[in-house]
Parts: sequence; C-alpha cells; structure tokens
Amino acid sequence: MPLPDQRVLARRDEIIKALRQIVPGEGVIDAPHELRPYESDGLTAYRQPPMVVVLPETVEQVAAVLRYCKGQNIKVVPRGSGTSLSGGALPLADAVLLGMGRFKKILEIDYEDRLAVVQPGVTNLAITKAVEGEGFYYAPDPSSQIACSIGGNVAENSGGVHCLKYGLTTNNVLGVQLVTMEGEILRFGGKALEAPGLDLLGIIVGSEGLLGVVTEVTVRILPKPETAKALLIGFPSVESAGQCVADTIAAGIIPAGMEMMDKPAIHAAEAFVQVGYPLDVEALLIVELDGPEAECSHLIQEVEAIARANQAGMIRISRDEAERLAFWAGRKAAFPAVGRISPDYYCMDGTIPRAKLPVVLQRMNALSEQYGLGVANVFHAGDGNLHPLILYDANKPGELERAEEFGADILRLCVEVGGVLTGEHGVGVEKRDLMPAMFSEDDLRQQQRLKCAFDPELLLNPGKVFPSLHRCAELGRMHVHRGALPFPELPRF
Amino acid sequence: MTPQNTKEVCEIIGQALADGEKLEIVGGGTRAQIGAPREIPTLCLAGLSGILEYDPAELVLTARAGTPLAEIEAAVAERGQGLAFEPYGAAGSTIGGVLAAGVAGARRVSAGGARDHLLGFEAVSGRGEIFRAGAKVVKNVTGYDLPKLLCGSWGRLAALTEVTLKVLPRAPERVTLCWRGLADEPAFALMRAALRAPCDVAAAAHLPGEATMLRLDGVGPSIAARRDYLGAALAAYGPPEALDDAAPLWARVQGGAGLTTEAPLWRLSLPPRAALGAIAPLLAAGGAYLADWAGGLIWLALEGREALIREAADAAGGHATLMRAPAEIRARIPALHPQALGVEALSRRVRRGFDPMGIFETNRFLDEADAD
Repeated sequence: MPLPDQRVLARRDEIIKALRQIVPGEGVIDAPHELRPYESDGLTAYRQPPMVVVLPETVEQVAAVLRYCKGQNIKVVPRGSGTSLSGGALPLADAVLLGMGRFKKILEIDYEDRLAVVQPGVTNLAITKAVEGEGFYYAPDPSSQIACSIGGNVAENSGGVHCLKYGLTTNNVLGVQLVTMEGEILRFGGKALEAPGLDLLGIIVGSEGLLGVVTEVTVRILPKPETAKALLIGFPSVESAGQCVADTIAAGIIPAGMEMMDKPAIHAAEAFVQVGYPLDVEALLIVELDGPEAECSHLIQEVEAIARANQAGMIRISRDEAERLAFWAGRKAAFPAVGRISPDYYCMDGTIPRAKLPVVLQRMNALSEQYGLGVANVFHAGDGNLHPLILYDANKPGELERAEEFGADILRLCVEVGGVLTGEHGVGVEKRDLMPAMFSEDDLRQQQRLKCAFDPELLLNPGKVFPSLHRCAELGRMHVHRGALPFPELPRF
Repeated sequence: MTPQNTKEVCEIIGQALADGEKLEIVGGGTRAQIGAPREIPTLCLAGLSGILEYDPAELVLTARAGTPLAEIEAAVAERGQGLAFEPYGAAGSTIGGVLAAGVAGARRVSAGGARDHLLGFEAVSGRGEIFRAGAKVVKNVTGYDLPKLLCGSWGRLAALTEVTLKVLPRAPERVTLCWRGLADEPAFALMRAALRAPCDVAAAAHLPGEATMLRLDGVGPSIAARRDYLGAALAAYGPPEALDDAAPLWARVQGGAGLTTEAPLWRLSLPPRAALGAIAPLLAAGGAYLADWAGGLIWLALEGREALIREAADAAGGHATLMRAPAEIRARIPALHPQALGVEALSRRVRRGFDPMGIFETNRFLDEADAD
C-alpha cells in the first residue's frame, strides 16, 4: 500500500474538525474503538483502521467532503456494506473512509418502464423485496445479497449464480449519479436504454471505487419467471460433469443457474445442512431452469437426457419449491460449511474456459499437495467461474502466507489456460500484484490513464487494482520505446 | 490505407503521429454518412479479416475487427448460435464497425446491446501502442471494463484490431404476435404491458397505423404457453395474429428503414413511458416515426426542427442522434446529442487518455474545439 502521508496524519485533529462542519452530529467517527469495525471488509486477512470515518447523508455532503479532501490532498476510500472479498474497501491509515451506509432510500419504482432508482446503501436483496409484491425482482444475486449494498455492487460489478442468463451488475444498471474527487455531481445514463456519447457508465461499473463515489443507481427490474425447477445430478467424475455442462449449452440451453461442487465441497455442505447430497459421487451439478411451467418441464427432460448420456448416477428433479430450495441450501451454505471443517478458508475467484476444468482441477490437486493445504471447489459451471476454497489455519505460523501463495498460483493457472484473475469478486488489494500475469505494462498504463481522467491526483482508493502507482503526468507523456521515438528519421513539429 | 495486420496498424498510426496528420478509422465504411462531411485520410481495418477462434460450447468467438458481420453471423448460425444483440448493417459492414457504432437491433430491449456482448479486444491507441482489455471468457471483472467504453466510441479512442464476442444459442423457434391498426397510445401501452408480463418477450415494435408486434423466441412448448398468457393478459387489445414469418415487417423497423428517405432521419433513445409525449410536438410538426424496443427507441423522419427534436429528447430524459441528412445539415448539426458540460469535459479527458495528440479527432461530431 502507499506509505501513510505523515503531514496528513499530523493534521488529523484539524481534518476531523473540518469534516464535522460538513457532516454534523454522529456522521464523523474518530474514536479508536469506534473505528475498529471499519478496519477490514470481507477479506479479513487485511486490517487497517482508517484515519477517520465519515458517514454523509446527502449528495451535497459527499461532494463537500470530496472537494475538501481534494483541496487538502487527503486520500479517500469509499465503502458500501464492507462485504468485498478482494479488499476493495480496505482503509488506509492516512485516508478518510467514506461510508455510504446512510443512503438507504428507495427513491422511485417505475413498473411501467421496469426500473428502480435507489440510493447506494440499499441492499441488493432490499430491491427485490421492494418490488416482489408486483411480481418483479432484481436479477444479480451475489451470495452476500442480504448485506451487500447496490453501491458496492456497482463498484465491484458483482455477479451471482444467475448471471450466465441474466448478466452481471453492469448488464442490469441503466444509470448512476456519481460524485467525482473534485466534488462535481454528474449523471451517467438514466431511464433510457442507451445514453449519448462515450459509455462512461460502462467503466464506472466495476471501477472498484477508483473513479468516483456513486450516490444514486438506476437498475433494471425484471418480471419474476412463472416458475423455477432444479435438477440435482451426481457424476462419477469431474470430467463427466463438465461434459454435461458443455453438452447442455451446445444443445442451446442457457439455464438460469448451473453450479458444480467437487467432492470435498459436497461432503462439507452435506455435513453442515443435511439436504441429502450424495456422498459417493465425485462431482455434483445443480441445474436450474426458469420460465413458464411448460418450458421448465420440457428443458428438464432435455437436461436429464444429456446428464444420462454423460454417466450421471443420481438424478433428482425438484417436485416443489421446498425441494428446489433444499437443493440450493447446500450450495449456498458451502462457504460456511467449509468454515466448519477448517479454522479458516481463503476464497478464490478465477474464470477459466470451461473445457479446461479437468486440467485445472488436476493441477490444483497437485498444488494442494505441494502446499500441504486442502482445497474444496465450488464452481459457477455455466460461465466458468471457479471458487476454490483453500483450507488453512491462521493460528499456525506461515499457513496464511502459504494459503495466499497457493491462491496466487491458482489464479496464475487460470490466466495460463486462457482465463482471468477474477470473475466477480474484483481485484482490490488481493489480486493487485497479479495484474501483470494477465496484462502487459501497456495494457495497465492505458487503464490507468482512465483513472487520470477522473482523479489525476490519485486520491480515490489508492493502492487498489493497480500494482504500481504511476503519476498521471508520467502516463500522459508519449511513450518512448527503448529511448527512441517511433520513426526517428521523420521530422517533428 | 488498408493495413493487413496489427503491426501495420501501429506503423500507420506512428506515421500519422510523426507527420501530425489525422486519421479516420473505418471498417466497411457503411456508416460514413453519419456525422459532418470531412476529408480525412482513412485507416481502413477491413484488411484485418477472419475468425480466429470459435468454440460454441464456451459461448465465445474471437475475430479480427475487420471481419464482415455477415461472415460472423454465418459462422455462428451454422452452429445454432447467434449474436443476441442482433447487430445489422449494409453489405460490407464489419464487426469492428458495428461495435464502434454501438449497433443493436430489435432484441436489444431484452438481450442488451453491443456493449453487453463485447468481452475483450486488442486495439492500437492514438499513441500507436497495442493494448488489450477484457478477456476471452464470458465472466470477467479484472480491470476497468474497457470493452464497454470502446462500444459506441466511433473510432475516437483506438483502432480495434481483434474482438472477442459473447455468442448465445439461437432460439429454435420464433413467432410474432401482431395486432393490426391500434392507435399509438394503446399500442405503446400494449408493448409496455407485454414486457411487464413474465413472458420473456424478445422484441416489441410498432409501425403506426399498421402493426404492433411482439416477438417470442424459444422452444415450442414455451412459446405456446407464453402466447396463451399474453393473449389473456392483453385481451383488451383484441386477439393477435400469429405470424410465422414477420421478417419483412421487422426489417422495416430496423434502422428506420420503413420511413421516407426524403427527410432527415433521427434516432431517439427515450424512457418508453415518456416516448409518445416526447414525440407529440415532432409529429405535429410533420414527423413520421417507427417505434422499437417497446417504445424506448424512436426512428423519426422530420425536415428541419433540429432544436425542437433535441429539446424534446432532453426533456423526456433521452437523447437524439442524427443518422441521415444532406451534407449541408450534417455540417452544422452535430450527429451526437450534446452532453452536460461536466460529462463532456470528462469525456474529452478520457479521449485524450487514449489519443493524446487527437489524431482520431476528425471533427466528425463537431465537438472538438480543443483538439490538437
């Protein structure tokens, strides 16, 4: 992380006083014991209390805080609900932590145009709760949806088990209001499907809090499908399960959800929630179809036939809603279930071309032996997004470091086979130093020039996403290859 | 200039940089008439052609940016797949051009636009540097989502040399439900009601005075069930005809093809509920229109009244793009809708980040007072 600026720290009292003038009352937190809850996010291995926490209530306050910080050269780390799994909201010792938790209002629901305008602190699930009475829902469903905020979802471009069919956050957001580091309040997109000019909304979503602070979000809401049914399918090998997934898609079927678990994950989940997962299989697949009853029944038969052709052992089809939810219960409890069999676990998030699954799992097992740490796999099989859970014990000296190295090796492996470092959790601080495994120096510089267009002093969430902090003036220069301008023989004016 | 590979693209851009010349990036050149008339040397990417990788089971296709759209559509159709955003273009239209212009057809209302289907790319910036962003897998959040930014950027950021697209299975069957002769108000209300129903309506369009259409894509039993549901839910509008081949009707909506070519053509993107109100003064002024995207997209043919059109779109929370007009009009009316000052200034800084010398700024969009 960037070294704390001692000049800023020396002025802490003065800064707190100035912030209190912008956000009165209890909106500024500076007592050490009250800062503790903010010292980490969902990636708890990293901890750092912030210099001060500010919890504004209005967009004007957000703008004033940012304008003040920019004027005083103070860094700012935005935070939603703090459920990031990549350390996106990890505080800095010399930075203001800008919490958006008080922006909790649903501002407008428009069923005619199928959208909702909400403040960023509204939780993902609260949007669905607000519209389900009219038969609607908000599609992206990260597993933390009960707690995670829509503002955080926008920052991280969050996914979920249904995103193969319904897309990530970015495919479901129509517009945002954003405050820049300069304190300028801007709107991108709106209630129409398309906005004029460059698609800046497209890069704001997923920018991990580096470009601005989102103060309002317009999301698409969808009519809830008439019904949903699930199949629970056991396979004698990971290969046969993977082939079943490939054959399903090749048959033209895009299920609402398609989740795979390997043997360690199945056993952990079954021990935890006892939903009747088979323990004698190597891989378990949950395939969910949604839509009209007739469509679900038709496609269920097709998927069942494909599964049988791929040596499926056990096949169960949900007979009612309770059974469908029971199929999911084990998968949805997979993380805490693994938490029960191991003192700590470290969740990874790479995406791979699905065809590479067998080779990736094979090599992951070899790495598991090499590092002496167990691993359980849950897998958004439809879109190739792999979540290996590395089992370790933070109380044993060196195990956390070994788990992190093991994780980094897994992500490098994902890139090596044609995949990516992160499918839905974000780069944050966690995968920052792995970025060069996927991107060249020129690729990263081009991305950082975007950052410079929004925040040239690099005050917003520094130390995240990019492995090295280039000053914008340096990035703005024309690149000189090996000391020579291109075409040196040509005259220049 | 027509480079044959990425290295040659770099060389041409490097040469333009050294000479202080500007370059207009073109694909098939089929949309050159959008924007102000200009005479700028072109960097034509049609020579970078061919599909590089396509694995239907991975739902991913990688092609050189100059590959004809028709070639890609034929290749995926052969494997029972398609581009869900239903891009379109005249003969010779390239995939890079379609993406740079952000073109999406009727299914955009349900399946998303070009931006939602470009997964990754390779490009050469205005610095003459090759860079990549995104990836060749369907789910990825590593780094800024530059593929979204490149879609609809009209060749003002970088020259796309290779693109990776998300492809999806093509529905085995499709049917169009068609209501004849509905007035505008009930037609728009019908389209909105249809999209509120749990029927996965793929597309909804209205040809005034003639036909109001809903398209259902999917497997047979599903289409039958959804047809019944919609028939009941929309009973107030009378029974629809079910058309097996409604392609000629949809083709008239696409790109505003069914409107007169005598008047300038505009494309208005609007919140569907506000659309009819917004265009009422434009129709009163003699305009004719076609509606797609359940009313969220209006193709308008109207002589003059440029300020009125832009005001009407603004007031409704949308925007208006000038798609076709005589050169004299295009020389003074910007094709792209003007933006809020703060957003415009930010967009300019973003463009300079890709193209510091402004070599791709051809004044096509009449908004480059500060370009080098």
